[in-house]
This record gives sequence, structure tokens and C-alpha cells, in this order.
Amino acid sequence: MSAPRPLTITGGQMVLPGKPPVPGSLRCEGGLIRAVGGAIAGPDDLVIDAKGALIVPGLVDLGVFAIDKPAFHFGGITRAALMPDQGVVLDKPSSVRFAAQSGKPDLWVHPLAAATRDLAGSEIAELALMRDAGAKAVATGRRWIGDSGTMHRLLSYAAMLGLVVITHAEDAGLTGGAVATAGEMATRLGLPSAPAEAEALAIARDLALAELTGARIHFRQVTTTKGLALVRAAKARGIKVTAGVTPAHFMLSDTAIGDFRTFTRLSPPLRSEADRQAVLAGLSDGTIDVISSGHDPRGPEDKRLPFADAEPGMAGAETLLPLTLGLVRDGVIDLPRAFELLAANPAALLGVKAGRIEEGLEADVALIDPAKPWVVDSDMMAATAGNTPFDKQGVEGRVLALFKGGMLIAD
Amino acid sequence: MTSPNLDAAGRYPAGSAAFPHRSLTGLAGLAPWEILFLLDEAEQWVELNRQPHKRNDRLAGLTIINAFFENSTRTLLSFEIAGKRLGADVVNMHAAQSSVKKGETLIDTAMTLNAMHADAIVIRHQSSGAVQLIADKVDCPVLNAGDGQHEHPTQGLLDALTIRHAKGAEFAGMRVTICGDILHSRVARSNIHCLTTLGAEVRVCAPPALMPADIEALKVHPFHDFDAALVGSDVVMMLRLQQERMSGQFIPSPREYRHLYGLTLDRLAKAKGDALVMHPGPMNRGVEIDSNVADLAQNASGARSAITTQVEMGVAIRMACLDVLTRRTRGLEGWA
Repeated sequence: MSAPRPLTITGGQMVLPGKPPVPGSLRCEGGLIRAVGGAIAGPDDLVIDAKGALIVPGLVDLGVFAIDKPAFHFGGITRAALMPDQGVVLDKPSSVRFAAQSGKPDLWVHPLAAATRDLAGSEIAELALMRDAGAKAVATGRRWIGDSGTMHRLLSYAAMLGLVVITHAEDAGLTGGAVATAGEMATRLGLPSAPAEAEALAIARDLALAELTGARIHFRQVTTTKGLALVRAAKARGIKVTAGVTPAHFMLSDTAIGDFRTFTRLSPPLRSEADRQAVLAGLSDGTIDVISSGHDPRGPEDKRLPFADAEPGMAGAETLLPLTLGLVRDGVIDLPRAFELLAANPAALLGVKAGRIEEGLEADVALIDPAKPWVVDSDMMAATAGNTPFDKQGVEGRVLALFKGGMLIAD
Repeated sequence: MTSPNLDAAGRYPAGSAAFPHRSLTGLAGLAPWEILFLLDEAEQWVELNRQPHKRNDRLAGLTIINAFFENSTRTLLSFEIAGKRLGADVVNMHAAQSSVKKGETLIDTAMTLNAMHADAIVIRHQSSGAVQLIADKVDCPVLNAGDGQHEHPTQGLLDALTIRHAKGAEFAGMRVTICGDILHSRVARSNIHCLTTLGAEVRVCAPPALMPADIEALKVHPFHDFDAALVGSDVVMMLRLQQERMSGQFIPSPREYRHLYGLTLDRLAKAKGDALVMHPGPMNRGVEIDSNVADLAQNASGARSAITTQVEMGVAIRMACLDVLTRRTRGLEGWA
């Protein structure tokens, strides 16, 4: 593939870290951002007039379950960190190397190495070999590692290798076969449920082990009041911890499962309204560092089932940006913070040179209209399946154009 | 009980307005007069079923399919008898737990039944919400014969009818204690919705591990101490210990369970003198209920077991539900 033409984007509102959007232009060459602000186009440049659109970094989606390029591009996602829970588990350098190449050139997939062989939670996988094959972090997959000894050894080893460990925070002994959070809804529906405290239990243990080993730990989803309080306190003590969430847990409470709709069957399950409010507070005060899509497209064979028999997960890539922009409209966060959560923080966590509009970084750039209204429609999604819990919901914010490494990939 | 939706003469809203639902998937959310309408409709079938000639052909020509995805003897038999006494062609489908992927089988089966032009489908399934899922996909009325731990609406109705026969029509002021495995019980949920809607005071009693979270939200009073719960109870409803639904240990042993929660004659004496004893069956005699309580004809103070009456009322209630839900298909005036 020949080198792309240099790119100059003019007439946009640039979203830069820590300040309100500023008018300006941007020049990219050789796949990198070369000039930010009053950039002047070269004679051979592809010049794009942003016509007042926001110029933002391409989204870095931390922890997706499928490589679903049309959905990612629709959602402005230029990099996706792939969970190891694949048909072939990412627990060997060969599968990691293959996954790392699978999206190029217009989507970069950052494989997350399985923490344990076959994600079984007992034997630590070949983390160093996988790191050198392209894994950007380690993940425990959909499950928590129940054995504290294994988790201790995993964290100390990952700390030595400089890899962050991304973990699922639910104490499996307490959750068992639960598909809902214990409370009025689960009781009314007669669904197997577990107390929300399953999350805090898992977080408390893993924080203690992270403090002990000095490891960097990232809780992929923190969804409860008590879990967030633990993370907040740990950060204050200087533990190297970060936390993420998906829009499901700041948009929805467990009343959404009321008609047994399996598109709301998620892991962790939807929580109480009080917990949803705590997530909003965590986004507002900085306890939560990352918003990701949790993209997990599931067809009818996994979803057109009784609630407890259905697989968890949502197709979230297309709704990640507009629902996060909803937080800006609601005054929960400001616009620069939205793109810290969606791009800069996950990029930093993975150690990739992207995620901000900044000279020298990879030219992953999106032009967005933050006010463009549209209706989420399960039947008309770009994703390979339409399992969105936000079906028929009106949202605002749409990607107008997307550039990966300075190349136009979606229009 | 009176309702603003019954007119001065005690009549229901006319025609289909008396029960405006296509299917019966649960009792949650039903209005009091809708429940009372079904109970009143069942009375004629209680009478008929006591006659030597137990037949009314109003459903002649209709096909009713009993699709049971979970093993059942009593409920299936009750539905089959109900359909046959109304003259319908009743077909039973035992969809045993198959090795093929359950879910697709469920929807595919539903579509198959639908294509056979069933006029009503009665479904039992081991997963909560499964009946609603099928009801949304088929064109005919669907009757829930028990879905997971969610609801068993005809059981709730037949229990209310049994209570009404024994205690009279006034549910307000009546105290009903439901004791046992509330967590795993769809019978408990349907009874809670039914009886609270009709105005009864409902107590639920179980050890903590078998008590669902936030059960108070269903307008019941939770107890762990069975002796305390029994005080002043007009009706004592025992539930079966559903060990097949329990993953992990919920109680130390059946005899320990009986020690705390078994209904013995001594315990029954703590309830009202003329308390009515109920159990949806099948019973674990000597665990949740002693045989001399289960078989109690009537003691000196008037207490008695209504367990066989429940079975009798079950057929009548199911006849009423099949009749009411097929009225639209049959083009009855006011229902078509």
C-alpha cells in the first residue's frame, strides 16, 4: 500500500485535552499528526473542510468481544482492545499475533492476552511471549479469577512485565448462576440473582493484591456504589488502579429487564437506580477513567431465548459516542473529559501513541456533529447483530468522517 | 369485595372489557375485578364438575395444545381434563429436556405449534419469562402453566377460589401465611400478586437463603420465625421444598428444615382455630407438612386441609381460563 496523501482538516472545532473546543486546523503526514492549530496545507494535501464539526481523537475501545469493523467505524472507533474470550482463546503468541493484524489498515486491534490458559483461572499463560507478539495488556476475560493465590502470582508477574491487568469484578462464588442483581426486579421476575456486593468483594480482594504486588490493575466495569467507593479510596491511597464502565450502566437500571428483554441481559447485570447514580457520580468526580462499548454482537441463537438462558452482552460500538455525549449535555462531564474517557485514558492504559489530538501522535481523527439526532434501531445497525438495549431510543451525535493514520476510512 | 369498576348491580364491564388480555402469562398487574371475573366464571365449572355428566361442548372444534417443556403430572392432567370437558381437541406435547440447543428449539417449537393453527397453547417451561417469549411470537392465546420461578397464574387463581369457597368472598382482613421455599417458587409469586390484589394480608415465611431480596416490595410481610408468622392466620399455605432448583446448599437437612418450618398439628394450633391448610402439591410428607395435617378432615376448632379441594378448583379455573381466552376466536358477542 502506498503512503497516503498528507491530510489537512480545516474549519473545525478542535477538542484538545483540558480546554474548551477551539477553532483550528490540523495537518497529518506519514500517519502522524504533524501540526495542530493554524496548520497550513501542503500543495499535495487532501484538504477537508470540517465545516464547523468537532475534530476529536478516534475512539479507543477498551475491551470488545468481536472485531466488527462496520460498527466500530460507524461509532468513530479507530482502535479496539480485543478481549481474549475468542473462539480461539488469546492465550498463545500465535493467536495474539494473528489478532493484532486482523484489523489493519483501517482499524487497529490491540489483543488483550488471556491471563490464564484457556481463561480457566488456574495456570498463568505465556504473558511475556504474548506481550512480545503484540498484546498490550492482560485480561481475565469474562470471568473473575477465583483463586487468590493465582491472582497474586498473576499480578506480580504482570507487574514485572509492565502489563496492566484488566479484570472482571464479580465474586463468582457469590454470583453463581445469577443473571440479575438481587432486588425487587429479580424477585418479581423470578430470575436467579446475586447481591450487588459481589462486585465490591471482588474489587476489595484485587485491590489488596494490587497494592501488595505494585501491579497496575484496571477493573473493566465498576457498576456499584460500594465498588466505586473502594476504587475511589484506593486511588486516594496511591494504588495503581483504574476503572471503566459501559454506557449500559450509566444509562439503565435493572427496571430495564422488566419484560425479560434479553438485550438487557448483561455481565455484570444491570444494577439498582442508586447504583446507576453512583456511576454517574464516579464519571463526574474522576473515579471512572474509561468508557468502553463492551461490544459483543449476539444473534438470535444467543438472544432469542428465555432471559436466563440467553448469553450476556450488547452490541455497543455504535452507541458509545452518542451516549457519552449525552453525559456532556446533561452536565455530568465536559467535552474534553468525554474524550479522555473515550480515547486518551484507554490509549494511555494500553501504552499506544494515540487518543489525543496532539503533534506526534498517530493521526486517528474523527469529525463529529455532536448535535446530530438519530434513532437507534436494532434492525438497522452496522454491527453484525442488533442486540442493543437502547433500541428505538433517540440520541444525538454522529461521526461525519473518520481517519485512521491520516487515511479517510468512513464518510 | 367491591370495585369501582363493577357497577351498582355488581356486574363487570361488558364483553371483553371484563378481561381484556389476549393471554394469561401472569397475575402481576391484573386488576381486582379481572381476577374476580375469572373466579366467578369458574363457579359454573365447579358445579358442572360435580355432576355425573361433566361435559359442555362450547370449545368443540378448537385445538388446544399443552406444550410442557418441564415434567408435570398434576398440572398437565388438570389442563387436559379442563379442555376435554369443554369439548376441545386437546393435544399434549412433552418436550423433554433435549440435547439440542434449548432456545432455538423453544422458538422453533412455538412457530411449529402456531403453524398448526392451535386455538390456545398452554405452556410450562423451566425458565422464567419463556412463556412471555412464546406469547409474543404466536397468534393464539397463551396460558402460562408455570414458567421457571416467575409465575403460575392458574395456581394463584385456584388457590383464591379454594379460599373463597372455604372462607367467603371477603378477602380484605384475611391473613394468609405462605411458608417455604419462596425464592424458587412461582406459586408463591402468583399467590402473592393474586391475594394482595384482592385485599388479603399476606405473610411469607422462609429461612433467609430461601427468601427473595426486597420481597417487601410485593406488599407482603416477611418472617423467618414460622411460629410468629402463624399467629392469627386464616390460611396457611405450605410450599414444596424445591431441591431440584437449588444449586448449592440452602438448608442443612430436610429434618432440620422440618424442625423450623414443618407444619405439624402443634404448630397449626398457633394459627386461627379454623385455619385452612393448603399445599400446591406434590407434597414432601414429613418435611414441610406432616401427614396428619395434610389429611386433616376437620378438627374440633374447625381447622382443616383443603389440599384436595385445590385440585378440584384447579380444573374449574382452567376451564374458565380456556373459555374466556378463546371467546374472541369463537366470535362471542362483545368479545370478537
